[in-house]
Amino acid sequence: MLDSIAFYFFAGVAVLSAALMVTRRNAVHSAVLLVTTLLATAGIFLQLRAEFIFITQIILYVGGIMVLFIFVIMLVRLDIALHHIRFRLQRWVALFVALALGVEITVVFLFARRLPGQGLLIQEPAPADKLPPNTEELARSLFSSYLLPFEIASVLLLVAMVGAVVMAKKRIDQ
Amino acid sequence: MPPAHYLFLSLALFLIGAIGVITRRNVIVVLMSIELILNAVNINLVAFSRIFGDVSGQVFALFIIADAAAEAAVGLGIIIAFFRNRETVLADEMDLLKW
Repeated sequence: MLDSIAFYFFAGVAVLSAALMVTRRNAVHSAVLLVTTLLATAGIFLQLRAEFIFITQIILYVGGIMVLFIFVIMLVRLDIALHHIRFRLQRWVALFVALALGVEITVVFLFARRLPGQGLLIQEPAPADKLPPNTEELARSLFSSYLLPFEIASVLLLVAMVGAVVMAKKRIDQ
Repeated sequence: MPPAHYLFLSLALFLIGAIGVITRRNVIVVLMSIELILNAVNINLVAFSRIFGDVSGQVFALFIIADAAAEAAVGLGIIIAFFRNRETVLADEMDLLKW
């Protein structure tokens, strides 16, 4: 009961602020609404009993990435972008593409439900009080089965950091 | 909660993000919409991880969060470099490679 109230609350907040985010003119408003969406998604993660992803989402997304976005919004001049904000024609293209994709996925989903042996999507997950401790389990999996991808991710982050610094720095010699 | 609810929430966020990528002219907001899409994928991964009782989905969600951070850093670096050269952040004025 409490579970479904939490789910519907966070899902409503997430979808509503995401829809507002893509329609607001001001980029700062979009950034703040994206923060709301990410926090609501973090709530969904908590409702799914994924505590480590929940706290990573808040620290990394809301605390790190969004601060980066707001920094860049403050660095570039926005008043030129405020006057003519969207493509006129592409609004209809976008609505068509989104509707087509949504209808397609929904139809496939409803159809797949009726196939034999596809009961997975309607089965209830295991009750929450029997779950192993999430962070321990995650660490065990991350540092045994997924050790190589973990190391590759660290190299990726290093490359991205160096690349971002090189691209964003001023050219002194010119 | 049956898994279908999570799938449809993820679908809704994905489609809103896709609409944002197509319609917005401000490249920063386009990058933010891409973050929204990546986040929608994360909901799917964590939901299936819960259904199967296997933690691998959450490990992949962590990798996607790391990728999103790398992508945001590089993308915003490109935007700053471009703004320094051309004084714009509008997608249709970025036509250096357009012939």
